[in-house]
Amino acid sequence: MTEVVEHTPHAPPAPPKTGWRRWVLGPGFVRAAWMTALFFFIGLGIVVGLRSLGHYDPVWDWLIIVTVAGLITAPIGFLAGLGAFDYWVYYALGYPTRPEDHSGHGARSWKDYFRVNTDHKVIGVQYVVTTIFFFLAGGLMAMIFRAELAKPGMQFLDNQEYNGLISVHASLMIFLFVIPAFAGLANFVIPLMIGAPDMAFPRLNALSYWLLPIAGIMMLSSVAVPGGAFGAGWTGYAPLSVVGTDGNIWFNMGVQWAGASSIMTALNFLVTIITMRAPGMTFWRMPLLVWANFTTSLLVVLATPFIAGSQFFVMFDRIMHTNFFNYQEGGYVLGYQHIFWFYSHPAVYIMMLPGFGIASEVISVMSRKPIFGYRLMALSLCAILVLGFSVWAHHMFVSGMASWLRVPMMITTLLIAVPTGIKVFSWLATTWEGRIHLTTPMLFALGFVSMFVIGGLSGIMLGAVPIDIHTSDTYFVVAHIHYVLLGGSLFTIFAGIYYWFPKMTGRMYNERLGKLHFWLTFIGFNLTFFPMHIIGVQGMPRRVSDYDPQFGTWNMVISISSFFLGVSFLVFLYNAIVSWLRGPIAEANPWRAMTLEWQVSSPPPIFNFDEIPQIVGGPYEYGVPGARHAVFNGDRATDLEEARSP
Amino acid sequence: MRRGAIVRVVTIALLAAAAATAIAIFIRWLPAADSKEAERIDLVFWVVVAICIGVFAVVAAISIYSVVKFRVRPDDDSDGPPIHGHTGLEIVWTAIPTILVTGVALLSAVALAENGHLKSNRLEVDVTARQFVWSFKYPQYGDFQSNELRLIEGRQVRLSLTSLDVIHSFWVPEFRQKQDAVPGEVTHLPITPLKTGKYTLICTELCGLGHALMRAPVIVMTPAAFEQWARAQQQQGAQGASG
Repeated sequence: MTEVVEHTPHAPPAPPKTGWRRWVLGPGFVRAAWMTALFFFIGLGIVVGLRSLGHYDPVWDWLIIVTVAGLITAPIGFLAGLGAFDYWVYYALGYPTRPEDHSGHGARSWKDYFRVNTDHKVIGVQYVVTTIFFFLAGGLMAMIFRAELAKPGMQFLDNQEYNGLISVHASLMIFLFVIPAFAGLANFVIPLMIGAPDMAFPRLNALSYWLLPIAGIMMLSSVAVPGGAFGAGWTGYAPLSVVGTDGNIWFNMGVQWAGASSIMTALNFLVTIITMRAPGMTFWRMPLLVWANFTTSLLVVLATPFIAGSQFFVMFDRIMHTNFFNYQEGGYVLGYQHIFWFYSHPAVYIMMLPGFGIASEVISVMSRKPIFGYRLMALSLCAILVLGFSVWAHHMFVSGMASWLRVPMMITTLLIAVPTGIKVFSWLATTWEGRIHLTTPMLFALGFVSMFVIGGLSGIMLGAVPIDIHTSDTYFVVAHIHYVLLGGSLFTIFAGIYYWFPKMTGRMYNERLGKLHFWLTFIGFNLTFFPMHIIGVQGMPRRVSDYDPQFGTWNMVISISSFFLGVSFLVFLYNAIVSWLRGPIAEANPWRAMTLEWQVSSPPPIFNFDEIPQIVGGPYEYGVPGARHAVFNGDRATDLEEARSP
Repeated sequence: MRRGAIVRVVTIALLAAAAATAIAIFIRWLPAADSKEAERIDLVFWVVVAICIGVFAVVAAISIYSVVKFRVRPDDDSDGPPIHGHTGLEIVWTAIPTILVTGVALLSAVALAENGHLKSNRLEVDVTARQFVWSFKYPQYGDFQSNELRLIEGRQVRLSLTSLDVIHSFWVPEFRQKQDAVPGEVTHLPITPLKTGKYTLICTELCGLGHALMRAPVIVMTPAAFEQWARAQQQQGAQGASG
């Protein structure tokens, strides 16, 4: 790809430093290590300095030092050391800005995945691999506490360990797996799908990825905090999260880093989708995955600041005694829930709409038919986006909020079933009379449709206030969220990983192992989570380390099934690793798909398109004689780039 | 051909509905309904379950039929018919769910209003939650305090809940009704127990290390037995206060 470098009009890069100076001062993990330490001591200095100036006692307040130096400044040092801010710092300090030489772009060896890389394709892979790591960590935690729950009575965990495990499990799965896994897949696919050479802000994109490991390690490491991990659930309700263990701060700050990452990525997607579509790619010619990520990104930028606020309030209550949620000092306890759910309900759609997009791609291609009702599919995404902001209090039907709020919130909640139903029926209609290829991604996509329907129906039940009053905070809710997040989000994430595996890695996965993985997961998932509906309705509350012996049998069934489910992911891991290393070389377009990412080589060229695609039709015109989504008429991408630059 | 497809899909749908109905009937789902409120909640529950079974059956039937009937061999390179949509169908599957959920919302709103209706002869109990204990006061009987919740068969009670530390939640599965106890606020919950007997009050909002064990006995008594117990407690309380 040196050819591309020659075409760029910028000056050649500065000669690299040599020897130990390059090793210590150049961006990378060595500089990250010492800059993390340096910034830790800067944070420590700020805290201790201010406290001694203000005559606070004690001056060495380790809780505040750890919060500021450990959870805020040290991660900034890590990012700076890694090189995430290099360009901006040079610019801000008035040094000659190093022109983009594209040396930070693309992956030539595995080492390029372990540095600040501005190539959206590399970042997409970084995201997916990182999130799978945290998925496995969260899954292992689930298996540990399921072992504890196999029998009534306490087995080998104490209550603090149990509360910590369930909280860290849920937080990792939500903030470090589902949300960023979708962001990662979209990061890889969206620029390709709309015919763009990269995301609009590649450096911001790189930064937003590197915030993620920080958030994940922060949440994971809270188990090592004296007193134990945060144990107020992933919802972290105040005042329990204020008065609970100090591990709660690791959650408060972990959410900030993950949230910042989400917001940056969403802004990037919005600008990319709005401004960087290929000629002819009107909104009504965009693939539904692009629509899905467009609406998701709007949700993220509008909603995520609310959870950031709620977690800052909780943290301030603990370390600065601000009394936001201390009723004895005029705090408003229910305020936490309103702010939290004003993010966290839209977050449910943040975790689902990209999956809708993936399912639409896969089902249309694998059925060899246009997606049924394309415009209504896109519009129903928009309807969910708008309605999603009007339903947050359905998580609070028994919370003691103003009781008149319950009926209007119930109505909006139930109405969301309408656009969601439209999508389900349209997917089914897409398969009707199609030529269905039951490949692994299609199995996961169809598994998603059927399981998501069950999750959606239990959602209707929970949306009806009288039923919710009985089932709120029981295992019925646990069953519901796992049907929508596992049967919904996880299945579509796997559909996406298998579908784009050849494009991302350039190699084909093993189809038989993929199908085996699907069936093991599908069966294990249903055996694990369906019985939870039953024990929930019967009267077993959630988030309990011990329970009434009458639920013993079902819990044993659930625990055994959960290990089965856990083991099924080993099949995926084996398939993914071995196929990535030694799988057969993938064709450019193994699925005979029309969307743009399949019109380039696998893996794609470093700037995606050697020729600018011209979009001439819809993305799903399967079976339409002579239909094209895009044509390549010889406009060289690099020529155009030169013409644009001043 | 077309008629045959419809017959087959309907057959699969009926089978799926039968299977789901069997799961609904032969597994014991809801615990005994021992309050007037529980009867209304259960009515909503089963109506919505019936609707859910119908929707599930339709979806299951179409997806199973599609996969079996329209599946092709991997080397089949043909495409399906280019159907882009069908306005009539799309209107139908927008309208029917809208009607169904509106019905569910109406029924729920009525049941909710009925269950919130307060009677003038109700028993009043103040419930105070703290980590990890429940305590109950009876303001109509000199405000004596008890560690067990005793209620009167056939008489509505209005619980006024609050908490002294974190959020807890009041739930007796057999009564169905549930309400959080929130520090700094007083929340209310009406219940009309219908049968004498012993129940267990369960905390359902994660409240810390002792959450799983934060329980209290609930005893529903005949009016006469309750009166006797309450008077005795009241006198004991008065003696305790004077002594």
